[in-house]
Amino acid sequence: MVQTFVAQVSPAREVPGIRSLPHPYWNPYLTGFLLGLVLLLTYAATGRGLGATAAFSAVSAWLVGLVSSAHVEANLVHARYWNEGAPLLSWTLFLLAGAVLGAFVSGWQGRRLALTVERGPAIDDNTRLMLAFAGGFVAAFGAKIAKGCTSGQALTGGSMLNAGSLVFMLAVFASAYALAYFVRKEWL
Amino acid sequence: MLPLSSTIEFSTVASLVIALLLGVGFGFCLERAGFGSARKLTAVFYLYDMAVVKVMFTAIVTAMAGLFVLSALGWMDLSELYIEPTNLAAQALGGLVFGAGFIVGGYCPGTSIAALATGRKDAMAFALGMLVGVTVFAEFTPGIEDWIKQGSLGEMTLPGLTGIGMGWWVLAFVAFLAFAGWGMGRLEQNFARLRPAH
Repeated sequence: MVQTFVAQVSPAREVPGIRSLPHPYWNPYLTGFLLGLVLLLTYAATGRGLGATAAFSAVSAWLVGLVSSAHVEANLVHARYWNEGAPLLSWTLFLLAGAVLGAFVSGWQGRRLALTVERGPAIDDNTRLMLAFAGGFVAAFGAKIAKGCTSGQALTGGSMLNAGSLVFMLAVFASAYALAYFVRKEWL
Repeated sequence: MLPLSSTIEFSTVASLVIALLLGVGFGFCLERAGFGSARKLTAVFYLYDMAVVKVMFTAIVTAMAGLFVLSALGWMDLSELYIEPTNLAAQALGGLVFGAGFIVGGYCPGTSIAALATGRKDAMAFALGMLVGVTVFAEFTPGIEDWIKQGSLGEMTLPGLTGIGMGWWVLAFVAFLAFAGWGMGRLEQNFARLRPAH
Protein backbone atom coordinates (compact mmCIF):
# COMPACT_ATOMS: atom_id res chain seq x y z
CA MET A 1 0.00 0.00 0.00
CA VAL A 2 1.33 3.43 -0.92
CA GLN A 3 1.90 5.66 2.10
CA THR A 4 0.51 9.09 1.39
CA PHE A 5 0.73 10.50 4.90
CA VAL A 6 3.29 13.29 5.18
CA ALA A 7 4.62 15.02 8.28
CA GLN A 8 2.48 17.78 9.67
CA VAL A 9 4.31 21.07 9.57
CA SER A 10 2.88 24.50 10.16
CA PRO A 11 1.80 25.79 6.75
CA ALA A 12 2.94 29.29 7.69
CA ARG A 13 6.57 28.20 7.79
CA GLU A 14 6.41 26.46 4.46
CA VAL A 15 7.92 28.17 1.46
CA PRO A 16 5.41 27.78 -1.38
CA GLY A 17 6.37 25.35 -4.07
CA ILE A 18 6.50 21.62 -4.50
CA ARG A 19 10.20 21.33 -3.60
CA SER A 20 9.62 22.34 -0.02
CA LEU A 21 7.03 19.63 0.64
CA PRO A 22 8.14 16.86 3.00
CA HIS A 23 8.85 13.59 1.21
CA PRO A 24 6.59 10.63 2.00
CA TYR A 25 7.82 8.23 4.67
CA TRP A 26 9.28 4.91 3.62
CA ASN A 27 7.16 1.78 3.40
CA PRO A 28 6.51 0.67 7.00
CA TYR A 29 7.36 -2.98 6.36
CA LEU A 30 10.68 -2.04 4.73
CA THR A 31 11.53 0.38 7.55
CA GLY A 32 10.50 -2.21 10.12
CA PHE A 33 12.79 -4.74 8.46
CA LEU A 34 15.71 -2.27 8.63
CA LEU A 35 14.92 -1.43 12.26
CA GLY A 36 14.89 -5.18 12.98
CA LEU A 37 18.35 -5.49 11.42
CA VAL A 38 19.63 -2.67 13.65
CA LEU A 39 18.22 -4.51 16.65
CA LEU A 40 19.76 -7.81 15.49
CA LEU A 41 23.13 -6.10 14.99
CA THR A 42 22.86 -4.61 18.48
CA TYR A 43 22.23 -8.06 19.95
CA ALA A 44 25.10 -9.56 17.91
CA ALA A 45 27.57 -6.90 19.01
CA THR A 46 26.64 -6.30 22.63
CA GLY A 47 24.49 -9.22 23.80
CA ARG A 48 21.85 -6.70 24.82
CA GLY A 49 19.22 -4.97 22.74
CA LEU A 50 18.19 -1.38 22.27
CA GLY A 51 16.94 0.94 24.99
CA ALA A 52 16.11 4.56 25.61
CA THR A 53 14.89 5.14 29.15
CA ALA A 54 18.26 4.34 30.74
CA ALA A 55 19.70 7.40 28.96
CA PHE A 56 17.23 9.65 30.76
CA SER A 57 18.07 7.94 34.06
CA ALA A 58 21.78 8.52 33.40
CA VAL A 59 21.27 12.24 32.74
CA SER A 60 19.09 12.41 35.85
CA ALA A 61 21.80 10.77 37.98
CA TRP A 62 24.35 13.19 36.54
CA LEU A 63 22.23 16.28 37.27
CA VAL A 64 21.48 15.19 40.83
CA GLY A 65 25.15 14.25 41.22
CA LEU A 66 26.12 17.86 40.45
CA VAL A 67 24.31 18.79 43.65
CA SER A 68 25.39 15.84 45.78
CA SER A 69 27.24 12.73 44.63
CA ALA A 70 26.79 11.15 48.06
CA HIS A 71 23.04 11.45 47.65
CA VAL A 72 23.17 9.71 44.26
CA GLU A 73 25.28 6.85 45.59
CA ALA A 74 22.91 6.35 48.51
CA ASN A 75 19.84 6.28 46.29
CA LEU A 76 18.83 2.80 45.15
CA VAL A 77 17.61 3.97 41.74
CA HIS A 78 20.18 6.65 40.92
CA ALA A 79 23.11 4.47 42.02
CA ARG A 80 22.59 2.05 39.14
CA TYR A 81 23.31 4.82 36.64
CA TRP A 82 26.13 6.51 38.56
CA ASN A 83 28.82 4.49 36.70
CA GLU A 84 31.50 5.32 39.30
CA GLY A 85 31.09 9.03 38.87
CA ALA A 86 30.80 9.07 35.08
CA PRO A 87 27.05 8.69 34.47
CA LEU A 88 27.27 10.47 31.10
CA LEU A 89 29.46 7.65 29.71
CA SER A 90 26.27 5.61 29.50
CA TRP A 91 25.90 3.18 26.60
CA THR A 92 22.26 4.07 26.08
CA LEU A 93 22.98 7.81 26.21
CA PHE A 94 25.50 7.39 23.38
CA LEU A 95 22.94 5.30 21.50
CA LEU A 96 20.48 8.19 21.74
CA ALA A 97 23.16 10.70 20.77
CA GLY A 98 23.64 8.64 17.62
CA ALA A 99 19.88 8.52 17.19
CA VAL A 100 19.72 12.33 17.21
CA LEU A 101 22.25 12.36 14.38
CA GLY A 102 20.53 9.58 12.40
CA ALA A 103 17.08 11.13 12.78
CA PHE A 104 18.42 14.55 11.82
CA VAL A 105 20.01 13.19 8.63
CA SER A 106 16.82 11.30 7.76
CA GLY A 107 14.62 14.33 8.43
CA TRP A 108 16.94 16.62 6.50
CA GLN A 109 17.04 14.30 3.49
CA GLY A 110 13.27 13.89 3.69
CA ARG A 111 12.70 17.68 3.96
CA ARG A 112 10.99 17.19 7.29
CA LEU A 113 13.10 19.50 9.46
CA ALA A 114 10.78 22.09 10.96
CA LEU A 115 10.78 23.94 14.27
CA THR A 116 7.13 23.31 15.03
CA VAL A 117 4.62 21.85 17.49
CA GLU A 118 2.75 18.71 16.45
CA ARG A 119 -0.92 18.84 17.36
CA GLY A 120 -4.42 18.56 16.00
CA PRO A 121 -6.27 21.71 14.88
CA ALA A 122 -8.55 21.80 17.95
CA ILE A 123 -5.92 22.75 20.58
CA ASP A 124 -3.27 25.45 20.79
CA ASP A 125 0.51 25.11 20.98
CA ASN A 126 0.79 25.82 24.71
CA THR A 127 -1.80 23.20 25.66
CA ARG A 128 -0.02 20.70 23.48
CA LEU A 129 3.36 21.50 25.04
CA MET A 130 1.94 21.05 28.53
CA LEU A 131 0.30 17.76 27.58
CA ALA A 132 3.57 16.58 25.99
CA PHE A 133 5.44 17.37 29.21
CA ALA A 134 2.80 15.60 31.31
CA GLY A 135 2.85 12.61 28.96
CA GLY A 136 6.62 12.37 29.23
CA PHE A 137 6.38 12.50 33.02
CA VAL A 138 3.79 9.71 33.12
CA ALA A 139 5.62 7.59 30.52
CA ALA A 140 8.78 7.85 32.64
CA PHE A 141 6.96 6.28 35.59
CA GLY A 142 5.54 3.55 33.37
CA ALA A 143 8.94 2.74 31.94
CA LYS A 144 10.59 2.71 35.38
CA ILE A 145 7.93 0.40 36.82
CA ALA A 146 8.03 -1.95 33.82
CA LYS A 147 11.85 -1.81 33.59
CA GLY A 148 11.81 -0.66 30.01
CA CYS A 149 9.93 1.18 27.32
CA THR A 150 8.98 0.60 23.71
CA SER A 151 12.64 0.05 22.81
CA GLY A 152 13.90 -1.95 25.76
CA GLN A 153 10.81 -4.01 26.48
CA ALA A 154 8.61 -4.15 23.39
CA LEU A 155 11.23 -4.36 20.61
CA THR A 156 14.17 -5.92 22.40
CA GLY A 157 12.30 -8.28 24.72
CA GLY A 158 9.63 -9.04 22.14
CA SER A 159 12.18 -10.37 19.66
CA MET A 160 13.45 -12.82 22.31
CA LEU A 161 9.83 -13.79 23.11
CA ASN A 162 10.28 -12.49 26.64
CA ALA A 163 6.96 -13.11 28.44
CA GLY A 164 7.11 -9.89 30.48
CA SER A 165 7.86 -7.83 27.36
CA LEU A 166 4.84 -9.23 25.55
CA VAL A 167 2.63 -8.46 28.55
CA PHE A 168 4.07 -4.93 28.62
CA MET A 169 3.32 -4.43 24.93
CA LEU A 170 -0.29 -5.61 25.29
CA ALA A 171 -0.78 -3.35 28.33
CA VAL A 172 0.62 -0.30 26.49
CA PHE A 173 -1.73 -0.75 23.55
CA ALA A 174 -4.73 -1.60 25.77
CA SER A 175 -4.22 1.53 27.84
CA ALA A 176 -3.61 3.87 24.90
CA TYR A 177 -6.59 2.54 22.94
CA ALA A 178 -8.80 2.89 26.03
CA LEU A 179 -7.76 6.53 26.51
CA ALA A 180 -7.59 7.55 22.83
CA TYR A 181 -11.22 8.68 22.71
CA PHE A 182 -10.76 11.09 25.63
CA VAL A 183 -7.76 12.88 24.13
CA ARG A 184 -8.96 12.86 20.51
CA LYS A 185 -9.10 16.68 20.47
CA GLU A 186 -5.33 16.71 20.91
CA TRP A 187 -4.79 14.77 17.68
CA LEU A 188 -7.72 14.69 15.28
CA MET B 1 30.99 -16.60 18.13
CA LEU B 2 28.24 -14.05 18.63
CA PRO B 3 27.45 -11.98 20.55
CA LEU B 4 30.86 -10.34 20.17
CA SER B 5 30.64 -9.20 23.77
CA SER B 6 30.88 -12.85 24.91
CA THR B 7 34.37 -13.25 23.41
CA ILE B 8 35.75 -9.71 23.22
CA GLU B 9 36.15 -7.34 26.14
CA PHE B 10 35.28 -3.97 24.57
CA SER B 11 37.04 -0.92 25.98
CA THR B 12 34.77 1.90 27.17
CA VAL B 13 35.62 3.96 24.10
CA ALA B 14 34.95 1.08 21.67
CA SER B 15 31.69 0.27 23.41
CA LEU B 16 30.49 3.88 23.23
CA VAL B 17 31.52 4.21 19.57
CA ILE B 18 29.48 1.06 18.82
CA ALA B 19 26.54 2.64 20.69
CA LEU B 20 26.86 5.84 18.66
CA LEU B 21 26.95 3.97 15.33
CA LEU B 22 24.00 1.73 16.18
CA GLY B 23 22.17 4.82 17.39
CA VAL B 24 22.58 6.48 13.99
CA GLY B 25 20.84 3.49 12.38
CA PHE B 26 18.21 3.45 15.13
CA GLY B 27 17.37 7.14 14.79
CA PHE B 28 17.43 7.02 10.99
CA CYS B 29 14.93 4.14 10.92
CA LEU B 30 12.63 5.80 13.46
CA GLU B 31 12.50 9.07 11.53
CA ARG B 32 12.14 7.34 8.14
CA ALA B 33 9.18 5.39 9.50
CA GLY B 34 7.46 8.61 10.49
CA PHE B 35 8.07 8.16 14.21
CA GLY B 36 9.41 11.70 14.46
CA SER B 37 5.81 12.87 14.18
CA ALA B 38 3.45 12.66 17.16
CA ARG B 39 0.40 12.70 14.91
CA LYS B 40 1.73 9.80 12.86
CA LEU B 41 2.52 7.89 16.08
CA THR B 42 -0.87 8.48 17.70
CA ALA B 43 -2.69 7.80 14.40
CA VAL B 44 -2.43 4.11 15.25
CA PHE B 45 -4.88 4.64 18.12
CA TYR B 46 -7.48 6.12 15.75
CA LEU B 47 -6.95 3.28 13.28
CA TYR B 48 -6.53 5.36 10.12
CA ASP B 49 -2.76 4.77 9.91
CA MET B 50 -1.36 1.57 11.41
CA ALA B 51 2.29 2.27 10.53
CA VAL B 52 3.40 2.07 14.19
CA VAL B 53 2.24 -1.52 14.52
CA LYS B 54 3.49 -2.47 11.05
CA VAL B 55 6.98 -1.13 11.74
CA MET B 56 7.27 -2.49 15.28
CA PHE B 57 5.86 -5.90 14.46
CA THR B 58 8.08 -6.25 11.37
CA ALA B 59 11.14 -5.18 13.36
CA ILE B 60 10.39 -7.69 16.12
CA VAL B 61 9.79 -10.56 13.66
CA THR B 62 12.92 -9.66 11.66
CA ALA B 63 15.14 -9.65 14.75
CA MET B 64 13.47 -12.80 16.11
CA ALA B 65 13.98 -14.68 12.83
CA GLY B 66 17.57 -13.41 12.61
CA LEU B 67 18.37 -14.55 16.14
CA PHE B 68 16.85 -17.95 15.45
CA VAL B 69 18.77 -18.45 12.19
CA LEU B 70 22.09 -17.28 13.69
CA SER B 71 21.55 -19.64 16.60
CA ALA B 72 20.52 -22.57 14.35
CA LEU B 73 23.69 -22.07 12.29
CA GLY B 74 25.68 -22.21 15.49
CA TRP B 75 26.95 -18.66 15.05
CA MET B 76 25.22 -17.14 18.04
CA ASP B 77 24.75 -18.36 21.58
CA LEU B 78 21.31 -17.12 22.62
CA SER B 79 22.01 -17.99 26.25
CA GLU B 80 24.61 -15.18 26.25
CA LEU B 81 21.92 -12.58 25.52
CA TYR B 82 20.58 -10.49 28.37
CA ILE B 83 16.92 -11.08 29.09
CA GLU B 84 15.07 -8.67 31.36
CA PRO B 85 13.52 -10.69 34.22
CA THR B 86 9.77 -11.01 33.96
CA ASN B 87 7.53 -9.53 36.64
CA LEU B 88 4.02 -9.85 35.30
CA ALA B 89 2.40 -7.35 37.70
CA ALA B 90 5.10 -4.72 37.19
CA GLN B 91 5.13 -5.09 33.44
CA ALA B 92 1.33 -4.99 33.19
CA LEU B 93 1.02 -1.97 35.52
CA GLY B 94 4.02 -0.21 33.95
CA GLY B 95 2.58 -0.86 30.50
CA LEU B 96 -0.80 0.65 31.44
CA VAL B 97 0.86 3.76 32.87
CA PHE B 98 3.25 3.99 29.91
CA GLY B 99 0.38 3.70 27.42
CA ALA B 100 -1.34 6.66 29.07
CA GLY B 101 1.84 8.71 28.78
CA PHE B 102 2.17 7.67 25.15
CA ILE B 103 -1.31 8.74 24.00
CA VAL B 104 -1.26 11.99 26.02
CA GLY B 105 2.37 12.88 25.30
CA GLY B 106 2.36 11.68 21.70
CA TYR B 107 5.75 9.98 21.88
CA CYS B 108 7.66 7.24 23.61
CA PRO B 109 11.18 7.88 24.97
CA GLY B 110 13.06 6.79 21.83
CA THR B 111 10.76 8.45 19.33
CA SER B 112 10.81 11.73 21.28
CA ILE B 113 14.56 11.82 20.57
CA ALA B 114 14.00 11.24 16.83
CA ALA B 115 11.35 13.98 16.85
CA LEU B 116 13.33 16.59 18.75
CA ALA B 117 16.23 16.00 16.35
CA THR B 118 13.97 17.22 13.54
CA GLY B 119 12.77 20.27 15.46
CA ARG B 120 9.54 19.16 17.12
CA LYS B 121 9.15 21.40 20.19
CA ASP B 122 6.51 19.11 21.72
CA ALA B 123 9.09 16.30 21.61
CA MET B 124 11.48 18.52 23.58
CA ALA B 125 8.71 19.03 26.16
CA PHE B 126 8.09 15.26 26.27
CA ALA B 127 11.80 14.52 26.77
CA LEU B 128 11.96 17.13 29.54
CA GLY B 129 8.92 15.49 31.16
CA MET B 130 10.72 12.13 30.95
CA LEU B 131 13.79 13.57 32.65
CA VAL B 132 11.75 15.08 35.46
CA GLY B 133 9.74 11.85 35.70
CA VAL B 134 12.72 9.53 36.14
CA THR B 135 14.17 11.96 38.70
CA VAL B 136 10.96 12.11 40.74
CA PHE B 137 10.72 8.31 40.53
CA ALA B 138 14.24 7.91 41.89
CA GLU B 139 13.83 10.54 44.61
CA PHE B 140 10.38 9.79 45.92
CA THR B 141 9.39 6.23 45.10
CA PRO B 142 12.33 3.93 45.78
CA GLY B 143 9.82 1.60 47.47
CA ILE B 144 8.46 0.61 44.05
CA GLU B 145 11.93 -0.67 43.22
CA ASP B 146 11.75 -3.17 46.11
CA TRP B 147 8.26 -4.25 45.09
CA ILE B 148 9.45 -4.92 41.53
CA LYS B 149 12.40 -6.98 42.76
CA GLN B 150 10.26 -9.11 45.07
CA GLY B 151 7.84 -10.09 42.32
CA SER B 152 10.51 -11.06 39.82
CA LEU B 153 9.97 -14.43 38.17
CA GLY B 154 13.41 -14.49 36.57
CA GLU B 155 13.98 -15.14 32.90
CA MET B 156 10.74 -16.25 31.32
CA THR B 157 10.31 -16.65 27.56
CA LEU B 158 7.57 -18.25 25.49
CA PRO B 159 9.82 -21.12 24.28
CA GLY B 160 10.86 -21.75 27.90
CA LEU B 161 7.30 -21.59 29.20
CA THR B 162 5.69 -23.77 26.55
CA GLY B 163 8.48 -26.11 25.49
CA ILE B 164 7.74 -25.13 21.88
CA GLY B 165 10.98 -24.22 20.11
CA MET B 166 11.82 -20.72 18.93
CA GLY B 167 11.62 -21.75 15.25
CA TRP B 168 7.91 -22.55 15.57
CA TRP B 169 7.30 -19.20 17.22
CA VAL B 170 9.11 -17.46 14.37
CA LEU B 171 6.86 -19.26 11.86
CA ALA B 172 3.76 -18.39 13.87
CA PHE B 173 4.75 -14.72 14.14
CA VAL B 174 5.52 -14.47 10.41
CA ALA B 175 2.13 -16.00 9.60
CA PHE B 176 0.40 -13.69 12.08
CA LEU B 177 2.21 -10.66 10.61
CA ALA B 178 0.94 -11.54 7.12
CA PHE B 179 -2.60 -11.90 8.44
CA ALA B 180 -2.36 -8.74 10.56
CA GLY B 181 -0.97 -6.83 7.57
CA TRP B 182 -4.08 -7.69 5.62
CA GLY B 183 -6.31 -6.76 8.56
CA MET B 184 -4.55 -3.44 9.14
CA GLY B 185 -5.04 -2.53 5.48
CA ARG B 186 -8.78 -3.06 5.96
CA LEU B 187 -8.81 -0.98 9.16
CA GLU B 188 -7.04 1.91 7.44
CA GLN B 189 -9.69 1.91 4.71
CA ASN B 190 -12.55 1.81 7.20
CA PHE B 191 -11.19 4.66 9.32
CA ALA B 192 -9.74 6.79 6.52
CA ARG B 193 -12.25 9.54 7.33
CA LEU B 194 -10.35 10.28 10.58
CA ARG B 195 -7.16 11.09 8.66
CA PRO B 196 -6.45 14.82 9.03
CA ALA B 197 -6.92 16.77 5.82
CA HIS B 198 -3.73 18.77 6.42
